[in-house]
Amino acid sequence: MKPAPFGYHRPATVAEAVALLDALQDDVKVLAGGQSLVPLMNFRLSVPAELVDINGIAELTGHDVTGDVLRLGALTRHHELERSATVRGAAPLLALAAPYIGHPQIRSMGTLGGSLSHADPAAELPAIMLALDARMVAASARGERIVPAAEFFVSHFTTALEPDELLTAVEVPVAAERTGHAFLEVAARYGDFALVGAGAAVTVDEDGAITEARIGCTSVAPTPVRAAAAEELLRGATPDADVLAEVERVVAGALEPTPELKASAAYKRRTAGVLVARAVRQAWREAGGDMRGEEAA
Amino acid sequence: MSELSIQHSTRNAADERQRGGGVTHTVKLTVNGVEREVAVEPRMLLADTLRQQCGLTGTHIGCEQGVCGACTVLVDGLPARSCLLFTVAVAGREIETVESLENPDGSLNSLQQSFQDHHGLQCGFCTAGILMSLTALFREEPSPDETTVRDQVQGHLCRCTGYQQLVEAAMAESGRNAQVTR
Repeated sequence: MKPAPFGYHRPATVAEAVALLDALQDDVKVLAGGQSLVPLMNFRLSVPAELVDINGIAELTGHDVTGDVLRLGALTRHHELERSATVRGAAPLLALAAPYIGHPQIRSMGTLGGSLSHADPAAELPAIMLALDARMVAASARGERIVPAAEFFVSHFTTALEPDELLTAVEVPVAAERTGHAFLEVAARYGDFALVGAGAAVTVDEDGAITEARIGCTSVAPTPVRAAAAEELLRGATPDADVLAEVERVVAGALEPTPELKASAAYKRRTAGVLVARAVRQAWREAGGDMRGEEAA
Repeated sequence: MSELSIQHSTRNAADERQRGGGVTHTVKLTVNGVEREVAVEPRMLLADTLRQQCGLTGTHIGCEQGVCGACTVLVDGLPARSCLLFTVAVAGREIETVESLENPDGSLNSLQQSFQDHHGLQCGFCTAGILMSLTALFREEPSPDETTVRDQVQGHLCRCTGYQQLVEAAMAESGRNAQVTR
């Protein structure tokens, strides 16, 4: 038993949870899946005086599609993202990225809301939420507000959530028709933290030209990064070798990665460029973009 | 790691009491089919409850930081690291440990026997956790391919076998299951 002592609270509703966060103020942590928080507590790098365990809150579980929005409860476990037919149909990028999150034992317990709130710069899900323009639903005793993903990730391990706020759900736009998806990652070993990761959602028209590209990168900056210049370049284009070389160049050129033990800034820059180009190509094929190419061949 | 925790543990007893230390919660949980009631501080980890309060020392504690996988148990059928779960937080849930695997007559079950036959373990420290992860896999998919087996044990460190023999043991089990279900 390594963690320092703490007071334990297990609210049954969001209203109870946010009342607790309001009352306990600064020295409180929210316990969701605990796969990042508990190791920190075991090391006593995190010593919260109070813990609010949200695992008993039924309204934070489950996911469903209403109209063109996939709403995921904050307690959606990573293994649900991996296996849910609804997720695979509505937001395939989430299903593709989920197997890269830690190991099976972590995915049993780890939650979507926990991963996003923790905002680890090497995490997969924040980059995808950014690329898909997801909307974060944050509740507090003061009410509910929506934070766009583009404003949610502030820095490493830092989000736009106020100390009294709880991330309750995430709303993800359902993928458009003729959209292909790919997620690629390089790690020292499978299941390790990403050295670089990239996800792409590519929508094509009947002729295979790209109408929209959404690209998110992870582990290349203190926050997830959207490859906006590459997205702009791809709009209206067909990703042939020249276009992909240009994509690689603009992605690498736009990044200023923080070097880490296993990967220098130069390595991250170059790898991000390559992964984005590959992911775009793969997503474009999956969208049916190269049908003409195949016919011609 | 113990040095680290001592360095960081600078609070005095009064401070710890104020922070909820010493307050015990009564928690009911099912362990290997038996309902148990334990009194725990909130900071008590499930791995410690299993070993110290339930006497189930088959679950081994390795890194205590969610890396090595030795303490893996099943929680409601899913593999989880018991060093990353607070006992209070798993109240009411069903826990399965390596002690639940043996046959009713006390002999090794076929997966365990396969580990012995294929030298799937040497020192045995990591084995309990690996068996639990594989047990979850075999329930869902009785005859997985090697890639699936390797994926399933990716969250386990083994310093003796180089993993090859434990994968062979699992594949032997997979092959047997394929014959049974055919």
